[in-house]
Parts: sequence; C-alpha cells; structure tokens
Amino acid sequence: MRVLSALLRKELRLELRTLESVPGMALFSVTTFVVFHFGLAQAQVEGDLAAGILVVTLLFAGMLGLNRLYVADEEQGGFDGFLLAPVDRTWLFIAKALALFTYLVVLEIVMVPAFVLLLLGPTLSLGELGPLVGILALADAGFAIIAALIGAIAVRTRARDLIGPLIALPLLVPVVIATARGLEPLLSEGAHGGVPGKWLAILALYDLVFGLLAVAVFDPLLED
Amino acid sequence: MYGKGLRGLSVATIVAVVGAFALVAFYAPMDADQGFRQKIFYLHVPMAIVALLGFIFGGLLAIQHLRTRDPKWDLRSYVAIHISLILAVGVLITGAIWAKTSWGVWWVWDEATLVSFLIVFLLYATYTPMRFAIEDRERQARYASVFAITAGAFVPICFGAVRAQQTPIHPHTFGSGDLPGPMWLTFLVSLGAMALLYYTLYRFEIATKLARGRLSSLRRQLLDDDAPVLRRSAAPTL
Repeated sequence: MRVLSALLRKELRLELRTLESVPGMALFSVTTFVVFHFGLAQAQVEGDLAAGILVVTLLFAGMLGLNRLYVADEEQGGFDGFLLAPVDRTWLFIAKALALFTYLVVLEIVMVPAFVLLLLGPTLSLGELGPLVGILALADAGFAIIAALIGAIAVRTRARDLIGPLIALPLLVPVVIATARGLEPLLSEGAHGGVPGKWLAILALYDLVFGLLAVAVFDPLLED
Repeated sequence: MYGKGLRGLSVATIVAVVGAFALVAFYAPMDADQGFRQKIFYLHVPMAIVALLGFIFGGLLAIQHLRTRDPKWDLRSYVAIHISLILAVGVLITGAIWAKTSWGVWWVWDEATLVSFLIVFLLYATYTPMRFAIEDRERQARYASVFAITAGAFVPICFGAVRAQQTPIHPHTFGSGDLPGPMWLTFLVSLGAMALLYYTLYRFEIATKLARGRLSSLRRQLLDDDAPVLRRSAAPTL
C-alpha cells in the first residue's frame, strides 16, 4: 500500500508539474465537440447521437493519455528505477491505472459541462447526475485498465503511438457499447426510466475481468 | 525430421474435406427456405467456430509460454493465431456472401455474431504489426504472449457484449432444435474436416518454421559466421 501511494503520488506530481496529459486531453475534447458540430451540421444533439458523441470523444481524448502514460518511464529511466526497487511489479500497473483514472475524471469535469453547453439539447436534471457519474466512473475504470496494460506494451514498440490505439480500440468496444447505451436515456428528451441496470452490470463485469487479467499478465512486460 | 506424420495427416485431411464437401453437395437436403444458398453454412460456420477456438487455443499456448519461457510455446501460439487469422478472413468473406444472398446486403450491423467476429478480427489483425514493431526477440515473444492471453479472454466477452445490445435476426440454427438429422450430420462432418484442416496447417507451419530455423543455424555454423541475423520479422525464431 505504501508502494502504491508513493507511485501514485509520483505520477500525479509529474503530471501537475509538467501538465503533459490532462490539459491536452481537455482541449482535444472541446475541439472534438466543435468538429462534431460542423461534421454533423447540427446545433443540438440528443439521445443516442449525444451519447455516441460523448463516448467517442472520451475514447479518443483518452487515447492521448494512453500514449503519454509510460513515455517518461521509458525515455527517462523510470522503468529501470522501478525495477531496481524490491517491490512487486503489479503495483506499477495499479498506480498507472489509478493515475489515468484520475486524469479521466478531471477530463470529464471539463468535458461534460462543455458538452452540455455546446451540444446537448435536453437539459440534464440534478437527479440524472448520479447515474451519469456512475456510468462514466465505470467506463473510466475500464478504459484505465486497458490503457495501463496496452500502454505498457505499446511504449516498447516502434511506432508506439500507432500500436497502442490500434490494440486498445477493439478491446474497448464493449465499454463503448455499454456506456453509449447506458447514457442514451439520460441524454434523451422527456421522461425515462433511468439507466438500465444491464449496462452498469456489463461495465462492472468488464472492469472486474480485465482488472484481474491485467494484474495477472502485467509482470512479464517489465522483465528487462 | 520435422515433418513426421505429416503425410498421413495430410491424406486424412484431404479425405475428410472431400468427404465433407460430398456430403454437403449430395447428402444434405436442400433448405426449404433458402435453397442451395444455404449450403455455404457448412463452410462458413465450421470455419468461424474453428477460427475462434484457434484464437483461444493461441491464448492457452501463450499462458504455457509465460510459465515455461520456452520459445517453442511462443512459436506454437504464433502459428495458432496466424492460421486462425487466415481462416477469419475466409469467414468474413463467406459471411458477406451469405448475407448478400439471403438478406440482399453485404453487411448487416444488427447481427451480433457478424459484428463481434469483425471486432475480434480487427483486434487480432494488430497481432502481427505489434510483433513486427518489437525488435528484441525475447521481448517480442513475451509481449506477444501477454497480447494473446488478453485477446483470448476478450473473445467471449466481446460476443456477450455485442449480443446484449441487440435483438438477433441471425438464422439461429442451433438451440431452436429444428435442424434435421442429415443436416446435423453434414454439419458435424464439416466441422471435423475444418478442425482437421486447421490442425494440419498448424503442423505444417510449425514444421517449416523449425526446419528454417535449423537451416539458418547450420548455415551460420558452417560459414563460421556469428553475426546475428539482422532481418526483422514478426515470426518467432528458435
């Protein structure tokens, strides 16, 4: 636990000092909304279209985070330093996933209000905020798990910016499906029966399975 | 030395494949609804089943590689995924043909099995580029195994998630219990033949890879050349 908090503090401090990922991701997401506005030629969106735009933007903004996640460790000896320490390697994975989860939450604090302001037709009521946060949190967890695993693979390859998203995107399709379908009723006009529990369950199950799997297979990635 | 038993296996495969096609052509009854077009079912479905099982098989071999760190297992995992990828291309093509003849379109999005298969295919299509992008052989093998295990676990999850979001219109041949006996028999023979074909191709590729590795190591010994091989490749070498 001390290892984890030390690693996580290191990640967050690095991000606070360099501001390498989160501001770029936030700016990217707002720009993407503008692009969607012109690409779709719509002033306001709702329902499944709104959910899709939100999820796709989150996914692609997250890809920027995936690509940056391990670069400092690879280029400036962070891996070597970590490997010299007599600690379990799995902690690095957990710290990276938690760090990316934090980035995504910060990103959404900027991105969701921007989306509501710029594109969303129906108004979000206060009661809908709870389910929205729940779905996004589960989606962030799934994304952070996959990105922390695939990022570690991609950073050691040539063409790392290509390989990472290429592998991560198909793996994240279930998250996209569940998040988009789950958000759809919240972003629709008129009354609705809340978020179907099915999508929350699928997201939670996905997070659980890939969380355990990633912990199990992460060690061999750090052997040299 | 590397091809032991391959001749018998090849003959058995040819007999099985020809026999399966003969059953499809002459024995299996015409589908009342779709007629002759339905016959592609005996090629498409066994191919899809074998390809998916091959992906999962590759993941299991990769687990073995990470446990033993023997490059042989990496080679096996690579070959299993490689052959499955080739079959997967065949599945997508035959699936598109079947969709065109029975639904009139080349592609349908509200078809869970088809869409999941495409996603799985796209994921595995990155396997070779990823291997290719890692120069160090030992690291390439390790990373490929991590990929193969993750992707192998992804296969059932993907099918579940895509199915959850739509109401299927696929001709659900299984489970409804309306497939008549001769059709079942033909299907099972086709499935067996396809599995045998997969296994034969798998054995052939492994034999080739092993022989090629042995050849290049002998050549290096004879020429007294201990410079490492500079050629980059996605295929594992022993």
